[in-house]
Amino acid sequence: MRAGSVGEACELLRESGDDVKLIAGGQSLVPMMAMRLTRPGRLVDINEIAALKYIAIEADVVRIGACTRQCVLERDDALAARVPLLRQALAWVGHVQTRNRGTVGGSLAHADPAAELPLAAQVLDAKMMLRSTAGVRSVPAGEFFVGPLTTAAEPHECLEEIRWPVWSGRRTASVFTEVSRRHGDFAIVAAAAQIALGDDGRCARASFGLSGGGTTPLAFPKLAARLMGTRLEEAVVQSVAHDAASELDPGSDLHASAGYRKHLAAILTARVLHAAHAQARNVK
Amino acid sequence: MSETLYAIAVDVNGTRRTARVPARLSLVDWLREELRLTGTHVGCEHGICGACSVMLDGEPVRSCLMYAVQADGHRVTTVEGLAHSDGSLSVLQDSFCQAHGLQCGYCTPGMLIAAQSLLDTTPRPTDEQIREAIGGNLCRCTGYQQIVDAVQHAAARLAAKT
Repeated sequence: MRAGSVGEACELLRESGDDVKLIAGGQSLVPMMAMRLTRPGRLVDINEIAALKYIAIEADVVRIGACTRQCVLERDDALAARVPLLRQALAWVGHVQTRNRGTVGGSLAHADPAAELPLAAQVLDAKMMLRSTAGVRSVPAGEFFVGPLTTAAEPHECLEEIRWPVWSGRRTASVFTEVSRRHGDFAIVAAAAQIALGDDGRCARASFGLSGGGTTPLAFPKLAARLMGTRLEEAVVQSVAHDAASELDPGSDLHASAGYRKHLAAILTARVLHAAHAQARNVK
Repeated sequence: MSETLYAIAVDVNGTRRTARVPARLSLVDWLREELRLTGTHVGCEHGICGACSVMLDGEPVRSCLMYAVQADGHRVTTVEGLAHSDGSLSVLQDSFCQAHGLQCGYCTPGMLIAAQSLLDTTPRPTDEQIREAIGGNLCRCTGYQQIVDAVQHAAARLAAKT
């Protein structure tokens, strides 16, 4: 069923019960259907809803329509200036063909534990605006990702908009990196950080996170708080990175053992913290 | 039980094509089996190999990850649409022949769509840009270097023409 508006999509979801899926770019859902991992009785297509495709830049937040294509985010310089982590994360997402079709909301709602955009949402504490026929509710990223391919969205809810906080400090920088088998594949481990420095050169705000080390991407606000007021000296970065890695509970598979994932997590965490710090320091 | 059919109208290689299709029919199956445009290949059928790449409104996408019904009202360009109207090969296609950018040919339609999309926006790409553009297309024969060479060859020929 092709929905012509968000309201119509919500109505179709409500009347369809549990045997229904929203289809946006289809870059995750269609492969799962092709492999018969999921067999929804009905698809509600939201691709033609123009009202779900926008990037609205405001003073302290960027609001992005859930059905905005990943390639549109990638090319938007104004967005990259306000929320640089998004373009940095997208550089690791799939390939040209999948980003041309894949949407920002689709990746978040699919909630693959190794995907890049959910990690960016965790690190920046993005807010998910979920609409149903009953109205709209806001769910922070930390509560949205519940488990592998599982979110707090109810079957009758449609992710309508994602609100990305903008850090106002001038000396703000972010970095995203990952290790994967091939560029464009899901990460074995991914790490992202955003750092803001005060005029005295000390850390005024910090956030970082990891994916690939558990059932959802994770942010570490308590550990990030230990960076506040420091100059991200080697000792504090190493200590924070190791504590973050030790909080993970990764699985082992044929691509990487749990031990290797933890090892990578500590190294990549230190790497993104140092790199974000160095970039922030170099802001003129 | 008869399946619901949906009326679609799609611009395929500059020609308006209409059909009535079930919701489950993938775009690539419609192109190949109903329109007989068999230049587009079906490889993995789950969005990994890139052999089924076509342009949707001028941008490369995987036609195995779209349903035909979703192409309604849009413009699709297949590998057949890259050739000249008299059937002769485009500069890019000819460059693949000259630079031995193919062996078995299975990945070639997807490679051509990915490479043409790149050249449309980036007429003189670096090798790195070419590798990024074809990063979503798997070739199991040539090892990619000759494909990169073929795209560079085409870019140079096109630049010399203008």
